[in-house]
Amino acid sequence: MSGTVVEIVRTKGEETESIGRVAYEHPPVVRLCHWLNAISLFVMVGSGLQIFRAFPSFGAKIPQKDLLNWPKAFAIGGWLGGALQWHLTFMWIYIATGIVYLAYQLFSGNYRQVLFSPRDLPGVWPIVRHYFFFGPKPEVREAYNPLQKHAYTTVIGLGVLSVLTGIAVWKPVQFSWLAWLMGGFHWARLWHFLVMWAILAFVFGHLVMVILHGWNNFVSMLTGWKKDPEY
Amino acid sequence: MEPENTKPDHSEKTEAKSVEPEVANRKVTQETSAESQTASRVIIRPVDRDRTISDRQFSKVSRRELLKISPLLLLGAFAIPSLQESLLKKGLGFSDWASARLFRQGHLAQTFADSELTPFEKFPINDYDVDDPGVNFENWTLTVSGAVQRPGDYKLDQIKTLARFRQNTRHVCVEGWDVVGRFGGAKLSDFLSMIGADMSARFVTVGCADDYYESLDMATALHPQTLLCYEMYDRPLTREHGAPLRLNIPTKIGYKQAKYLTDLKITNVLRKVGYWEDQGYSEFYGL
Repeated sequence: MSGTVVEIVRTKGEETESIGRVAYEHPPVVRLCHWLNAISLFVMVGSGLQIFRAFPSFGAKIPQKDLLNWPKAFAIGGWLGGALQWHLTFMWIYIATGIVYLAYQLFSGNYRQVLFSPRDLPGVWPIVRHYFFFGPKPEVREAYNPLQKHAYTTVIGLGVLSVLTGIAVWKPVQFSWLAWLMGGFHWARLWHFLVMWAILAFVFGHLVMVILHGWNNFVSMLTGWKKDPEY
Repeated sequence: MEPENTKPDHSEKTEAKSVEPEVANRKVTQETSAESQTASRVIIRPVDRDRTISDRQFSKVSRRELLKISPLLLLGAFAIPSLQESLLKKGLGFSDWASARLFRQGHLAQTFADSELTPFEKFPINDYDVDDPGVNFENWTLTVSGAVQRPGDYKLDQIKTLARFRQNTRHVCVEGWDVVGRFGGAKLSDFLSMIGADMSARFVTVGCADDYYESLDMATALHPQTLLCYEMYDRPLTREHGAPLRLNIPTKIGYKQAKYLTDLKITNVLRKVGYWEDQGYSEFYGL
């Protein structure tokens, strides 16, 4: 069960000394899904941007006003057809990972560690004050602080939206109700694009925090165990 | 998921293997029960259920836990050049398979009011080669072959004897742009009846005056909105939009809606799928 904290001890002859504590934070399914998702998200964004290059606009075709000329070097697939192959292949991995992850969190009860709940509300301001306004560091009691929970809960929602908007772009006729919810195919394509940037904004913040929190924190997403937890 | 290795010190198995954890455990228990003895080097902070693990055991546990995410390496197959192409082809093929299953023959594509139409002059002209392949309208015919009872050359006037349907539907290009156009023509399903096509055959293929070629699954060919289109915006098709006859299929992506048709065949076997498909684009691409 995540949340378990264990003391590491080293024995030298008759003496036993404590050399630190470790907390088990991430079950294998979560870790596997995290990295599968990291890779498939990378491919989806890269190939998506290559697809976008074919018509880098959200207006009319005639006259065409380009919104953004995304460089080919930062895209995957090389050409529209190639990018579509990557996109239409990895979308299955992306979706399957999402389903396995959500099902696991739900049935294992592990979601309590991640899901932002009203109980976390009072803790939001202290951690915001700490991160952005040099406030004192609030006491750490669990794996994720309220702001983290908020970020993770939001990005999971964005992940679901990325799939729904994607389906509306891919199948605007068969899933006409989805496309309709987004204002039709034309707007669904824009929503799909915006959801991607929202996810990328999360990824940016996530990577910054991973770097700031150092090696032990990073390793915990590989082995499940975090050395010297703050709680 | 409880990692079974988190409490090796409490399991007999581990104790039997090594004395270390046992010693550690005894020590710890003593110290905690004695409530902090400054003389001792063992300092126990409050931990869950007083669990301890030896450093060696912890390394082992960490490695084992790391191995549990090794299935991730399977994705590395996509990085191997010789495998990449076939894997992506399989992925695209799976998407096409799913697309064919998602297609519902009775489900109509959205239709639009005249006020929502993209103006005719802003309806893009798309082709892979030339806007106008120079079709001679005088002696143009649609050559029908394959699994049909009445093969041969069909004149445009014969096709126009079939009931004419007009529809304002969305045209979506694989590039990402979309327009709403007004199309008129005969239902392809009516024409297939006219030529006595074997409707149980799998594909309808078309050839074009500009050597473009395409194929359609029979389910889509029989969809009520699939037209042999000879009108756009209530006027005869212009040359650059595919005169004298093109396909209009609101349930398909743009590149499947071939222009300047010259040949139509009913078949069960596809030697070629379509001009773009054969270069790596989706074969089914239903919307």
